[in-house]
Amino acid sequence: MQDLGISVLFRGVNFQRLLLGLWVTLRIALITIGISIVLGLLFGIVMMSRSRAARSVCRVWLEIVRFMPQLVLLYLVYFGFARLFGWNLDGEASAVLVFSFWGTAEMGDLFRGALTSIPRHQRESAAALGLTRAQINRYILLPQTVRRLLPQVINLSTRIIKTTALVKMINVTEVLKVGQQIIGQFYREPSAAFWVYAAVFLLYFLICWPISLLAGSLERRYHE
Amino acid sequence: MKRFVKAVALALALVLVLAAAASAEGFRTLEEIKESGKIVIGLFHDKKPFGYVDENGEFQGYDVYLARRLAEDLGVELEIVAVDAPNRIEFLQSFKVDVILANFTYTAERAEQVDFALPYMKVALGVVSPESALITDVEQLKGKKLIVSKGTTAETFFEQNYPEVELVRYDSYTDAYLGLLDGRGDGLSTDNTEVLAWAIENPGFAVGIESLGSLDTINPAVSKGNETLLAWINEEIVKLGEENFFHADYEATLRETYGENADADSLVVEGGVI
Repeated sequence: MQDLGISVLFRGVNFQRLLLGLWVTLRIALITIGISIVLGLLFGIVMMSRSRAARSVCRVWLEIVRFMPQLVLLYLVYFGFARLFGWNLDGEASAVLVFSFWGTAEMGDLFRGALTSIPRHQRESAAALGLTRAQINRYILLPQTVRRLLPQVINLSTRIIKTTALVKMINVTEVLKVGQQIIGQFYREPSAAFWVYAAVFLLYFLICWPISLLAGSLERRYHE
Repeated sequence: MKRFVKAVALALALVLVLAAAASAEGFRTLEEIKESGKIVIGLFHDKKPFGYVDENGEFQGYDVYLARRLAEDLGVELEIVAVDAPNRIEFLQSFKVDVILANFTYTAERAEQVDFALPYMKVALGVVSPESALITDVEQLKGKKLIVSKGTTAETFFEQNYPEVELVRYDSYTDAYLGLLDGRGDGLSTDNTEVLAWAIENPGFAVGIESLGSLDTINPAVSKGNETLLAWINEEIVKLGEENFFHADYEATLRETYGENADADSLVVEGGVI
């Protein structure tokens, strides 16, 4: 079995299965990012509200997702909910729920940071010029916020994509789990593991690299 | 800060109330499985030759062969859940699967958390040695050097039962096998499944002792208290034993790994009788 090496990737439908796994990874990540951006915007607004109780809830939420390892949250939702409440969520639903719970809080904090970073005098000058509150938001605050936000949001998105590798622990057959299964087919061929993990690395790289390039170019453009 | 603490306390209280109010769904009885038209079985997905996914994306292996038959005889579809060794119990306790068939070794500790059915496979120790000086009986080992891996059942077994055998201990399986190849011992002992498969790959070596020491058994497991399903699986295993089903399973899935000369009876358990 000396000549095996890279060929393990192309036995049968192995490569198609890796791509299918990659699609599962992407699907979970994209849905999560979508939900996180929408809910994160609300989260950010609530974080700046005058109500102390509302701010406390946000703070507790944010601290929980920062302290708790994502894997613990996944187990809690996938196994724990079934045991405690009888909510038998499937792996993918649990993953989207957990990652959105995390992404919403992180996005919200980014929104809050970007909004509060705009100097107060801008709002005051606009008001002095006679702009309405809606106009101030639309023409003064929003464009500057989005500009500051984009690179950070993209950065968080690549983190979400990479973190989806954890869902293999809750029975979601994503790209890494398919990789493990291929290694399992050739358990007496030590080089199989190398080639499979190299392929998985390349697939993650192919998704995350363009996104990272985009972040870089946006950052440069807005700094000019 | 006080308010912050209050908020945390409130959130915690809410979770506890929710947890207390909600009652868990529980396991599915035999009737419920039949009605739903499918049985959910947890299998390994990367442990060839017991449970793995082949290059066509199909589940294969000794455990999978049994899972297919169980579903067929129950007249329901088989839904496979790919499990990993550390979370096998968790899948049963959270009722995500009806049965675990992931090469699950019986231990007293596990039996407190799940219910084991009758065994369908057994694992004992085996001893592999060079064909030129084949060791076929434990008595032959006295005063000789036997290679073992640290922390394995083989090490404990020989320490307790055959103190006159000189043990050569290695930290990993790989090193232990290399030690045997280099002639640092007269034989090597570990799980018989392991040595049998290794001897096939390494010409000049053979397994002279295929079954030694206290047997560990591999059994199907169901959620604690699921008596109807447990009773059915036990009946089924006895019935399958009458047609020598597990020998057929061995021929179909394990023969290739353990080779022409291996004795199926050193692994296979028919009808739950060891």
